[in-house]
Amino acid sequence: MIPLSAYVTLSVILFMTGLLGVLIRRNFIIVLMSVEIMLNAANINLVAFSHYLESMAGQMAALFVIAIAAGEAAVGLAIIIVVFRGNISTNVDQINLLKW
Amino acid sequence: MSDLLVLLIPVLPLIAALVNGLLGHRYAPALAARVAVGAVGLSFLCTIAILAGVLSDPTPREVIAYAWIVGGELHVNLGFLIDPLTTVMLMVVTGVGLLIHVYSIGYMQGEAGMTRFFVYMNLFMVSMLLLVMGNNFLVLFIGWEGVGLCSYLLIGYYFNRVSAAKAATKAFVVNRIGDAGFLIAIFLVFVNFHTLDYLTVFARASELSTATATAIALCLLVGAVGKSAQIPLYTWLPDAMEGPTPVSALIHAATMVTAGVYMVVRSHAFYDMAPAALATLGMIGGLTALFAATIGLVQHDIKRVLAYSTVSQLGYMFLACGVGAYSVAIFHLVTHAFFKALLFLSAGAVIHSLAGEQDIRKMGGLSRKIPVTHAVFLIGVLAIAGIPPLAGFWSKDEIMVHAFAHHQYALYLMAAAGVLLTSFYMFRLTYVTFYGPSRVAPDVEPHIHESPPVMTVPLIILAGLSVFGGLLGGPPAHFFQGFLESVTMPLGAVSPVEDLGDVGVALLVVSVVIALCGWGLAHYLYAIRPGVADDWSERYAGVYRMLLNKYHVDECYDAMVVEPVKRLGRLWDWIDRRIIDRVVTGVGHGANVGGAGATWAEKYVIYWGLNVVGYTSHCVAWSWRKLQTGLVNHYATVIVIGLFLLVHVLLVWFTSTSVL
Amino acid sequence: MFEELPSPYGFPLLSVILFLPLLGAMALWPQRDAGLMKKFALGVAGLELILSAILLYRFIPESAAMQFSERLRWIPDLGISYHLAVDGISVLFVPLSAFIMVLVMLSSWDGVRDNVKPYLMSLLALETTIMGIFVSIDLILFFVFWELMLVPSYFLIKLWGVGEHREDAALKYVLYTLLGSVFMLVGFALLSLNYHHVRDVYSFDFLELLTVSVPVSDQLIIFWLIFMGLAFKAPMFPFHSWLPDALVQGPIGMSVVLAGIKLGTYGFLRFSFPLLPEASTHATVVAVVTGLALVAIVWGAIVAIIQSDFRRLLVFSSISHLGFVVLGLFSLNFQGVQGGLLQMINLGFTTAGLFFFAGFLYDRLGHTLVERCGGLASKVPWLATALLIIGMASIGLPGTNGFIGEFLVLLGAFQAYWVYGVVAVSGVIFAAAYFLWFYERAVFGPLGTMVPRVLPDLTPRESGIAVALCVMIFWIGLYPSPFLRTMNGSVQAVVDRLSRGAVAHRAQDRMAQSHVVDHEPVGKVD
Repeated sequence: MIPLSAYVTLSVILFMTGLLGVLIRRNFIIVLMSVEIMLNAANINLVAFSHYLESMAGQMAALFVIAIAAGEAAVGLAIIIVVFRGNISTNVDQINLLKW
Repeated sequence: MSDLLVLLIPVLPLIAALVNGLLGHRYAPALAARVAVGAVGLSFLCTIAILAGVLSDPTPREVIAYAWIVGGELHVNLGFLIDPLTTVMLMVVTGVGLLIHVYSIGYMQGEAGMTRFFVYMNLFMVSMLLLVMGNNFLVLFIGWEGVGLCSYLLIGYYFNRVSAAKAATKAFVVNRIGDAGFLIAIFLVFVNFHTLDYLTVFARASELSTATATAIALCLLVGAVGKSAQIPLYTWLPDAMEGPTPVSALIHAATMVTAGVYMVVRSHAFYDMAPAALATLGMIGGLTALFAATIGLVQHDIKRVLAYSTVSQLGYMFLACGVGAYSVAIFHLVTHAFFKALLFLSAGAVIHSLAGEQDIRKMGGLSRKIPVTHAVFLIGVLAIAGIPPLAGFWSKDEIMVHAFAHHQYALYLMAAAGVLLTSFYMFRLTYVTFYGPSRVAPDVEPHIHESPPVMTVPLIILAGLSVFGGLLGGPPAHFFQGFLESVTMPLGAVSPVEDLGDVGVALLVVSVVIALCGWGLAHYLYAIRPGVADDWSERYAGVYRMLLNKYHVDECYDAMVVEPVKRLGRLWDWIDRRIIDRVVTGVGHGANVGGAGATWAEKYVIYWGLNVVGYTSHCVAWSWRKLQTGLVNHYATVIVIGLFLLVHVLLVWFTSTSVL
Repeated sequence: MFEELPSPYGFPLLSVILFLPLLGAMALWPQRDAGLMKKFALGVAGLELILSAILLYRFIPESAAMQFSERLRWIPDLGISYHLAVDGISVLFVPLSAFIMVLVMLSSWDGVRDNVKPYLMSLLALETTIMGIFVSIDLILFFVFWELMLVPSYFLIKLWGVGEHREDAALKYVLYTLLGSVFMLVGFALLSLNYHHVRDVYSFDFLELLTVSVPVSDQLIIFWLIFMGLAFKAPMFPFHSWLPDALVQGPIGMSVVLAGIKLGTYGFLRFSFPLLPEASTHATVVAVVTGLALVAIVWGAIVAIIQSDFRRLLVFSSISHLGFVVLGLFSLNFQGVQGGLLQMINLGFTTAGLFFFAGFLYDRLGHTLVERCGGLASKVPWLATALLIIGMASIGLPGTNGFIGEFLVLLGAFQAYWVYGVVAVSGVIFAAAYFLWFYERAVFGPLGTMVPRVLPDLTPRESGIAVALCVMIFWIGLYPSPFLRTMNGSVQAVVDRLSRGAVAHRAQDRMAQSHVVDHEPVGKVD
């Protein structure tokens, strides 16, 4: 029997990995992947607690998150492609269209 | 006699009026005339049946048709009261009415709108019957104004003539003044008795204080004065002669104008308790009798002479009421209806035969050309002048005897002077019209003809009534007064008549002598010495002109009442347009100015303030906008920091233990 | 007045009556053919008349109860509900309005050629709002209809008016009425606040408001506030100056509705009297309002005498008649209130009828100026006859409806204070003068030189209108008891409530007097 704390620890590790990826890495695609990692960390958390509390709600939420993550990935990639087509870059540092 | 008969009396002419009015344009006027006359004839038959019943049993009987106005204390039925007074009035209205209807068939032959004429006549009969039959004041009032309306319509029958239209309006409006007084009397009655039914009201009349009774009696008097053309509201009646002559005979001589007398007699319970009102009534009657007779002396229009004589005779009836001789007033009403209808109708026959000529200066010498008309006219003149044993003599003599017996010597003298004048101007009329040289216009002369039987037969019947009608109430039997006694017996204040004995006979002789004097004077002036009358009129030109212009009363009323009201109307209209409306427009303009001011304030004060705020925030924003790097990871970093801080704060907040 | 009877069989008759014209107006939207639209609109108006006749037939007479009651929650927090009911005061107005609307549709059948669809839609919408005013017994619902009525009225006057200044007239009418209703709304709000003060909840429901008493000083303020709204709409004497413009410039149909359906004076009887009995019987209030009414009676009649335009004459005659209505209501006794109420109904037949005839003359001559008429009786005898009948009813000839109303009003006024009766009676004389003088100049006399040679008499449609009006005139004139019985119960209830108000005044006066006699400090009395 794997204790709950193990899941939570895994989840924290994954989440921190993702978070750092988002904040530090410059490549847009990697940022996107990091976001996915954070979502999966959240999923692990949800499933773990769902099992622990013997409630199906968490697993349902996890399924939703997966679906949304898929959508998000699609949208994100689409944006990257558009930006790339505009001959700007896939480097996050150089994309400051939101400035002011 | 059944209730149905009573109801049929007014309903029959009503049906005829409705049928003729709504469908009359689809069939010939002659048929309409037959329908109308037939209906009145049937009413007359019903009346005879009722008369038979009342003669055997004179107790008053009420017939209720239906509840009319209901609510609260007020409960007014459309109901009828059958008692001797009503029956007498019914006989006059339907009887004389029937004769005049028959006469009208001949008189109105060939007139445009004959159907309309008969519709109005029938409507008039309905209203007049309601007036005399009603069992309460409000039904009386329907009839009262209804006859006014029909009078209006019939005076304005030749509505294309301006004078007819004006006379119609005048008649209605002047009558309305009287009606207003009558309405107030009705209110007073209701306030005091909480009912309007005759029987209840008169039974309890003695409960009234003298002041209240006087108020009611005087207000009723205002109504009676308007309807019966007494001073000061008589001016409409001579003008009303604009209507066709049968109308003048029926409405403005025999029936409608006597409604005031009927009403006074009907409500004599109030007058009996109000000596002041009674004195006023008698004085108005006496003055009118005299005053109208003086105007009648010099008029040239045959119908106007008769109109003033009607006013004068109505004055006699008022005078009779004023001395408490109510049944005598009704007696004179009846005889007057006979001979005045006769006079008007025969005058109508004269006018008819002269193709519409009414000016007596253009008549003369007609006695040979239209002998029947001449004969009946003469009977009428003898009757009204008070020559025994014709009807007018008996009734007028009764009035004078009563005035004398009640020690109202002033009224007696007025009446006596009136007899002299009446006799004079009626014979003057006869002489100028029927005797002497013909002054008829040459183009009319060959066409003078006797009227057809449909006109002369009613004349002959009326002449018979004028001759013998007086015997009903003459001394010594006084049958007529006895019949009415149950209704007209004066209460309280009025003392009973003393038996005058020989004095009565002396009075009788005196009045005959006076009447004969009038005749003699007329004979002298117009038959023996025809030039003298013209001499006199020149010698006393001032008086003559005054009389000819009817004392300028019409002009006075115009100047004192009509014009001021119109001027007031114009003034108020001006005020409405120029001042009240201006004030409103002024408020509007004020609002406009205010609006302009507010616009200025908005532009220069509020906007300015807003701009200050706007620029300030703009400047502040300029210095802070560098924070917006536009780099996603900067934002993400801030979010994460914020998240941590938020979680920390929440944990501190809820658990009071620091995580760090 | 407190009792409520639901609609028989639970059928929401009042709601149907209320919204049928509006639905009809909506159904007109997609239609294209003008002839069909007219028939459809007339059908809707006719159906409305039938329904309202059923309402009257099923109404229980001699009863003070609120009948055909329907109630739905609308804004519960403020105590505002969709509450419909009729009693003896309002029930007669429903068929009256429906009747007038049918006649208006008929009269403008050929007259209105432009924009037929919006015209008919406006008329039907107007009908709904008028019905709403008469059937709602929630103050806010009433107010909503009261204001909504202005919208179709404004467009009717502005777009289909016959005068040159119709736009100004429309604006004047709307602004005037709005000004008055602002005051009225404040008055209603104060009533509700008072209710809140007593019961701790808000309510605008007439029946609820009846259950709480209002302090007399507040009543006076509220009375005058509501008075402003009603007096502007009625319009009473000094507030009338929109009326000549709106009625002379507007289309005949609108003049008929404004002159024939007496909304303002209805408001007094519906709300002011029952809700504010002490204020309504307050001596100053009665003196001021009755004084205004008497001025209106005499003033309106005298100004009417000299008018040269028939429609303007009718405007002033209608101000005069309105004075009679107000005089009757503020006699505060049974006859007066009954007469005032009946007279409001009567004016829907007489004054409105005369406006129809002004319209007929306008259609024929292109004007209604008296000096350019003359001798019409020989050209158009039937028109002249019907005009005379309606005119006679309007000046109160016995046998017609006008007499019953005027008689009761005058009797009531006379009972209240004889001087009122005597002054008002003079209005009857002037009424005869103005109508007959007009009739003499326009209809009698020789044929006017400016009258067209060819002048058609009443068309079948116009005859229908004339006959319908005459039937009602004689029905109420000769056999008014069904109408009187319908209103008696509620009139009695109102009068009872008013007399309680009067008794309260007397008690207060007595108390004050007795204390003065006892030399007690006045402060203690309060």
